[in-house]
Amino acid sequence: MAVDRISFQVKKGELFGFLGPNAAGKTTTIRMLTGVIKPDGGTASVFGYDALREGLKTKQLMGIVPEMANAYVDLSAWNNLMLIGELYGVPKKQRREVASRLLKDFGLYERRNHLVKGFSRGMKQKLLLSMALINEPQILFLDEPTSGLDVESQRLIRDIIREFNKNGTTVFLTTHNMEEANQLCDKIAIINHGKIAAIDSPKRLRLRSSGLQSIEVSFDKAVNVEDFSKVQGVNEAKKMGDKTRLYVDEPSVVIDQLVNFARSKRLKIISLSTLAPTLEDVFLELVKED
Amino acid sequence: MEKILYWEQFKRSLAIVKKNVRIYYSKGPVVIFGLLVPFFLFLSFYIGRNMPAEALVPGLLGITAFFTATSVGPAIVPWEARAKTLERLISSPISIWTIFLGDVLSSFLFGALVSVFPVLVGFSIGVEIANPLLLGLGIVLATFCFASFSILLSAYPPTDTPASVMMLSSMIKFPLVFISGIFIPIEELPVWGKTVASISPLTYFTDLARHAIQGNGYYSIGLDLGVLTAFAIIFLVVAIKIHERTLQKRL
Repeated sequence: MAVDRISFQVKKGELFGFLGPNAAGKTTTIRMLTGVIKPDGGTASVFGYDALREGLKTKQLMGIVPEMANAYVDLSAWNNLMLIGELYGVPKKQRREVASRLLKDFGLYERRNHLVKGFSRGMKQKLLLSMALINEPQILFLDEPTSGLDVESQRLIRDIIREFNKNGTTVFLTTHNMEEANQLCDKIAIINHGKIAAIDSPKRLRLRSSGLQSIEVSFDKAVNVEDFSKVQGVNEAKKMGDKTRLYVDEPSVVIDQLVNFARSKRLKIISLSTLAPTLEDVFLELVKED
Repeated sequence: MEKILYWEQFKRSLAIVKKNVRIYYSKGPVVIFGLLVPFFLFLSFYIGRNMPAEALVPGLLGITAFFTATSVGPAIVPWEARAKTLERLISSPISIWTIFLGDVLSSFLFGALVSVFPVLVGFSIGVEIANPLLLGLGIVLATFCFASFSILLSAYPPTDTPASVMMLSSMIKFPLVFISGIFIPIEELPVWGKTVASISPLTYFTDLARHAIQGNGYYSIGLDLGVLTAFAIIFLVVAIKIHERTLQKRL
C-alpha cells in the first residue's frame, strides 16, 4: 500500500513541505490530490471542493509540477505555455502577458521560440514551473522541483516559490532536500511507509528531538573517540574531521564534565560549541523509528 | 451553466488538436502508415488491372481515408506516456473525454484533409461525381468513425511504446482493407465474404463512395450512413471507457 490513511491540513497561504525517503508515498499523495490517480477510499478537500468528485473545479485552482513530467519537447517554450494556458481556459491576452512575464522572470524569454528539445534540464524545469504558474493558481503542487538542478537554478526556483507564496499562493512541496524544506516551509509533514510520522513547523520539529542535541569539541591533541564514553552524560561520540561531536541530553552538565576531562588528560580545549538538532537529524530519527 | 462547461471543455479539446497537429502529423510512423502505406497499397491494387476510373476512385478514397484517419490516433497516448507529458495533461482541468475528443479530432482532420487528394485525382482523370454532397458527408462521417477506431487501437494494452501500437494496429487494419469490398466489389463476394465484409466499417464507406461517384452501391445509402454513425459512437465510447481504466497504468 503506497499511502495508508494519512490525514493533514494545509492552511491557505501556507508553504507546506512533504518530506520522506524514496517510496514513502509523497508522489502518490500529490497524484491523489491533483486528481491523477483515484484513492481506494477516503476524502480530500481543496479550497472547499471535493477533490475526488469535483476534480475539474479543484484542478482549475491548481498549478502543478509533477515529479517525472516533461514539457513537450517538439514545441517551443512559448507554445508549451500557450497550450497549458488554453487547457486552463486563460483568456488569450492574459496568457500572453503572464507567459511573457514568467519567461522573463525565469530567464527564458530570449529562447521562447526555440524547441524545448534543445533546453538543458534546468531550463526545462524552469519552463515546467512557468507552465504551472500560467493560470495564476491559488495552490501550487511541486513534486521535487529542484531535484538534480545546479545551485543557481535551485536558488532561482526557490526565490520564485517564496515570492508567489508571499503574494498569497499556497504551496505544497515535496523534497528530499532538508535545507530546502528548512528554508522554505512554514510547516512540514514527514511521511514514511505511507504514514505520517510527524507534522509540525521546522523549528518545533527540531525542538521535539531534545535527545539529538550535541556538543562539538576540539582539543590541541588528538583524542581517541572511545575515551568520551567515560564522560558522564555523553550518549554517543562521533569523529567529525578534527572535531568530535558528542550527542547529549543536557549540554550544560556535559560541558562541566568536558572541562574536567580536558584537565585530567592535560588537554587544551581549542573550540567548543553546542548544536541544536538539524532537520536532517530529526528526519533520520523519525524514519528510523518508523 | 452545463452548456458553458461543455463549450469550455470543447474549446480545450481544440487546444489539444492544435498540439497534436504541431507534434504528431510529422512523426515518422504517422507519415509511413498514414501516407506511404496507402499510396503503395493503392499502386499494388491499380497497376496491371484494367479498371474504369469511376470504379478506381472509391477504392483509392477508401484506402486513403482509412489509413490516414487511423494513423495519428494510435500514436498519441503511447507517445505522451513515453515523453512523460501524459501526467501533466491528466492533471489539467480537462476531462478524459476532452483529451480523447481532441485526439479523435486531430486524427479526423488529418484523414479528411488527405482524403481530398483521391477526389482531386479523380477530377484530373475525368471522373464525374454523381452526388458531391453525399461524398462530402461520407468522407466526414467515415474519417470521424475511423479516427474513433484509431484511439480504440491504442487503448489496450497500455504500453508506452508507439512502435508496438503501430504494429498491432497494422495487424488489424490490413485484414480490414482486404475484407471491405475495395479490391473485390461486395456483390461479387461469396455469402461468407459478404458476411465478413459487413463487420468492417470501411465496407460501408466504400459502398457510400460508390453511391456518390458511380450512382450505385450494394447497401442502401441510409444503411451506409446509419452503420458508419453507429460504429463511430461505439468506437468512441468503448475506447474512452477502456482508456479511463488503463490511463493510470501508463504513468
